[in-house]
Amino acid sequence: MKSWLDVAADVRRSVTLKKSRRSIYTRAGAWHDAPSIGQEAASVGSIATLRPEDLIIHHHRGHAIHTIAKGANLTTMMAEFLGKEPGYCRGRGGSMHIADIPGGNLGATGVVGGGIPTAVGIALALQMRRSDRILLSYFGDGATNEGEFHESLNMASTWKLPVVFLCDNNQYGMSMNVSKVMNIAHISERAASYGIPGQSVDGNDVLAVYEAVLAADERARSGQGPSLIDLMSYRWRGHSKSDRNLYRTPQEIDEWKHKCPIRRFKQVLVDGGVMTRDEVEDIDQAAKTAIDRAAEEALTFPEPSPENMEAEVYAP
Amino acid sequence: MAEITLIEAVTQAMAYEMRRDPSVIVLGEDVGVNGGVFRATAGLHAQFGSERVLDTPLDETTIAGLAVGMAFQGMKPIAESQFDGFIYPMMDHIICHAARMRSRTRGRLHCPMVLRAPCGGGIRAPEHHSEAPEALFAHIPGLRVVIPSSPARAYGLLLAAIRDPDPVIFFEPKRIYRQYKEEVPDDGEALPLDVCFVLRDGHDVTLVTWGAHVKETLEAAEQLAERGVSAEVIDLATIKPIDFDTIRESVKKTGRCVIVHEAARTAGIGAEIAAQLAEKSMFDLVAPVERVTGYDVPIPLFRLEMKYLPSVERIIAAVDRTLAYR
Ligand SMILES: Cc1ncc(C[n+]2csc(CCOP(=O)(O)OP(=O)(O)O)c2C)c(N)n1
Ligand SMILES: [Mg+2]
Repeated sequence: MKSWLDVAADVRRSVTLKKSRRSIYTRAGAWHDAPSIGQEAASVGSIATLRPEDLIIHHHRGHAIHTIAKGANLTTMMAEFLGKEPGYCRGRGGSMHIADIPGGNLGATGVVGGGIPTAVGIALALQMRRSDRILLSYFGDGATNEGEFHESLNMASTWKLPVVFLCDNNQYGMSMNVSKVMNIAHISERAASYGIPGQSVDGNDVLAVYEAVLAADERARSGQGPSLIDLMSYRWRGHSKSDRNLYRTPQEIDEWKHKCPIRRFKQVLVDGGVMTRDEVEDIDQAAKTAIDRAAEEALTFPEPSPENMEAEVYAP
Repeated sequence: MAEITLIEAVTQAMAYEMRRDPSVIVLGEDVGVNGGVFRATAGLHAQFGSERVLDTPLDETTIAGLAVGMAFQGMKPIAESQFDGFIYPMMDHIICHAARMRSRTRGRLHCPMVLRAPCGGGIRAPEHHSEAPEALFAHIPGLRVVIPSSPARAYGLLLAAIRDPDPVIFFEPKRIYRQYKEEVPDDGEALPLDVCFVLRDGHDVTLVTWGAHVKETLEAAEQLAERGVSAEVIDLATIKPIDFDTIRESVKKTGRCVIVHEAARTAGIGAEIAAQLAEKSMFDLVAPVERVTGYDVPIPLFRLEMKYLPSVERIIAAVDRTLAYR
């Protein structure tokens, strides 16, 4: 089990994330920015449970949170967001399809739910090869209404695969509140249909996330099969740039801003005597500087050339 | 009369037909209160209520399947796929059931549904948000495929699609959703689903295109005219079935044909048109048929996107190649 200090080190990354939602997308002319502000603890707390060789596969809102938490180089990540040649996917994946293969981040996907069956396939391969690595499969609350979510949990459960299913539940799929599209109180209840453990956790409490996911990791690693953990949080910003928040109230958004997972963990660190307030704020400042520097550097990088547009569609 | 954009024409057509025919139902993700990702269904929920404008769970497969089932019961569902790239899970139900039911039952059951989806690139969006999958559907017997290129044609063609007794895939070129406005009388007049539109008369070369690329093609024709080259421009509009008679008549006059589309080159609709020309217009042609298309790659991100999409320059270069033959 990791110590508090290890987790505190991971929060450094969490704070970094927040600063990455600057307007560099707009400056660089990129289109997509699915902001994950407010949801940092779920990805940081869960990825902190992993061994370095473990894997993740995530979603359209994971381009920054999961990617940084899995240890990405900030400059290379920013370069990818900006579609630059030195990016993680040489500017071909962008924010929605970023992948850091050597880092064990097998990629985000723009297809909601699309990563879940792939995760099951990866887990099956890990099992067949007698590997002791595990995989975290992330998806949103909306994605759990796609058929492939259910089909995947069924297979993974039947074959006791080394995967943990993690729902980044921000309570909305675009404009749709989760309560209007499923007749159960908690997404974790769905686990019962597949005979696996299901748990709903306060996704804004990084330590609660850490503990729940670590237990599920151990279960997966020891051959007992998958679990479903519902990491309940909230998306502060609109779904994307064009969202006008017609489906929720400003009060609701404000309430959740008061439950900021980063501020909350900072307080825990200070109250527990792990760090001083100054140390915590220093991390914040350092994160801001690191992100700014990464973005500035990435902006100077070369763009992909049209000459090799058709390269790498097939093996050379 | 107010001038409206292409996307407003789409909304206007749905609203007209919903008023006229109570069996018309709109369904899809975020189509209700939110009015759809591009706002194509804006205002419909307020006018027609939750029973006729149905916000579904996020589940493309079943959205398509339930539209098929509703259509079998004589309703006229208009289902929306939020983007072109999310239509693939819907294809199962569209291909295996919607397209085949009429022929499978020898006409006893049919499927009067419309599947609407924004299509094409040019808005700096990633992959699944920028695709042009019309050829995939055109290949399927039993489906109609339509892509409008102006507000007025969007209105008339969508009305026709909703009224048609068979399944229609209606792709809306998102790049020109708000490109310009024109007057579109809300008169309920549908356009035919098997006739293409000659947008410009000419006698040296026939340019065939559809959707968003009508604009670049007309621009190319304009620039060619300045050099004394007279190009005829045809908006295909109905991708399946293709109005080949009009294309053939034009080529009889011009002897040259350049097809412009943004979908990948191999097995695109351009290949079908070229094949039909080879079959039926061989002796009218004085030059090989040219295609100006996207490349055989997934549409690249925003930095290379405009290099991928056919440009005015590429269209003119292709025309020049055909003009080298006399
Ligand atoms: C298969 C598919 N359908 C529709 C979309 C459009 N879309 C993008 S995100 C989204 C909502 C996803 O909700 P959820 O899974 O809860 O993730 P969140 O965006 O809330 O993080 C939708 C409908 C998509 N990307 N993929
Ligand atoms: Mg969500």
